[in-house]
Amino acid sequence: MQLALQQFINALSLGSIYALVALGVAILFSILRLANFAHGELMTTAGFTLYMTLASGWNWVLAVIAAIAASVVAALILERVAYRRLRNAQPLTLLMTSFAVSVALQSIFLLTFGARPKGIELPAFVDASFRIGGMRVQWLDIAIILITAAIVFGLTLFLRKTVIGLALRSAADDFQTTRLMGVKANALFVGAFVLSGMLAGIAALFYFATVPNVVPSSGFEPMLKGFIACVIGGLGSLPAAIVGGFLLAFLEVGSDALLSDNFSPYLDAIVFLIAIVILRWRPGGIFGVRLTAEQRV
Amino acid sequence: MATQGAILSIAGLSVSYGTVHAVRQLDMEISEGETVVLLGANGAGKSSTLNAIVGLAPRSGGRLVFAGEDITRKPTEAIIRSGLALVPEGRRLFSNMTVRENLRLGAAALSTVEFDRERQALEDMFPITRRRAHEQAGLLSGGEQQQVAIARALLARPKLLLLDEPSLGLAPIIVNTIFEIIAELKRRKVTILLVEQNAERALSIADRAYVLAQGRLELSGAAGSINATTLEKAYLGEREHA
Repeated sequence: MQLALQQFINALSLGSIYALVALGVAILFSILRLANFAHGELMTTAGFTLYMTLASGWNWVLAVIAAIAASVVAALILERVAYRRLRNAQPLTLLMTSFAVSVALQSIFLLTFGARPKGIELPAFVDASFRIGGMRVQWLDIAIILITAAIVFGLTLFLRKTVIGLALRSAADDFQTTRLMGVKANALFVGAFVLSGMLAGIAALFYFATVPNVVPSSGFEPMLKGFIACVIGGLGSLPAAIVGGFLLAFLEVGSDALLSDNFSPYLDAIVFLIAIVILRWRPGGIFGVRLTAEQRV
Repeated sequence: MATQGAILSIAGLSVSYGTVHAVRQLDMEISEGETVVLLGANGAGKSSTLNAIVGLAPRSGGRLVFAGEDITRKPTEAIIRSGLALVPEGRRLFSNMTVRENLRLGAAALSTVEFDRERQALEDMFPITRRRAHEQAGLLSGGEQQQVAIARALLARPKLLLLDEPSLGLAPIIVNTIFEIIAELKRRKVTILLVEQNAERALSIADRAYVLAQGRLELSGAAGSINATTLEKAYLGEREHA
């Protein structure tokens, strides 16, 4: 029972990270139909910023702010340099561009920081834990779960109560009619990239708190998981991305707990197999989001 | 040369989709407080004209002056912010959002306080916007959706309201309601450019009419001067100016 509860908390914590990554991916996909594979590099940007600031003796609060800010700035640069001119491009062009941007950024990281892992000097409280009965619970996991819940709540309020939030939702539904409301297309794109960058930055903080070293390709795995979470949930829908993130984490932790250690190297393959079965059953994802030509930008 | 008092002047407007010419060399003018109807058969270029005015259709030539300002090269959102509003064909409400949220977007440039004031001012004319404020717009009937779409366009207090086939696909009794709303807007001195298939109803409400056939202007004049015979000729492309 205790083990099950422990695994449950692990899955919630991991699911929170996946959900944040998936949300960041889904925001751009829902509005621009852009599958931004460079989302992982936004996380890596935050990771290297965290590494540099903490190594330079910055206070951890400042380092956290700098990491999120770096990810947002990187997202804005990507919008301006790589994606703005491709607004009316075919999805395939956008996809290829995002691959190119991802590879280019990894190369820049490689040239700047080298291939060797950079250990992030996390503050001691990250490892702090408490006991409930015989169970040891890390404060970090509790913080990840609570902060993610607060972010999802705040994002929901933002998308329901502010004009730019409403416009982001309506643009995902019908971009042209949103412009007929007098909403500036540039403001929408910038807003979407800022949100996506912020979510990548926060997800990166949690990710690097659990895996405290950063290499140029660090962002790839969480980005991939975020994408899979989006696809399982239903691409283009934000609630679906959150559900997809948690489902993927529960599949992962559940498979790990139930299968013998011999299967651990194949864990990802097993989880992806289950994801394929889910997609065979519901090709549009669990929430089955339909994508019509009209919905495209 | 724009006439004194013209809120919108269109000179030599052409719209092309690749090699297809939807609108050719169209000249049109709308004065403040007027209700003007744009008639024509299916595919005559009516909706393309409206979409070109707001910058959504590809303009291949011509000049558009709105409220004394050249809007020919402005992006859609800038044109809308300068005081134009379009109720698009098929209403195009954001179906997953509530009626209130749809309205809020119609007044995107207004503050919350201004929005509340404008919204309340419109509630008498559009009671549906109060009664079903928190329901999903997609769950409303076609007629109700059309009312919300018109209210949404009016919230920013446009200087010119463009209505694209507001009665399309609605039951006759609902069509009456929509035309009563247009008549009420006309009484309130809202300047309207109406695109309609229902020529008889539209002419009964309009001050002036333009008739398009295959993208060309075939007939223009006072609504009262256009009868079934002249209209039929114009629809068939037999040019005449009343």
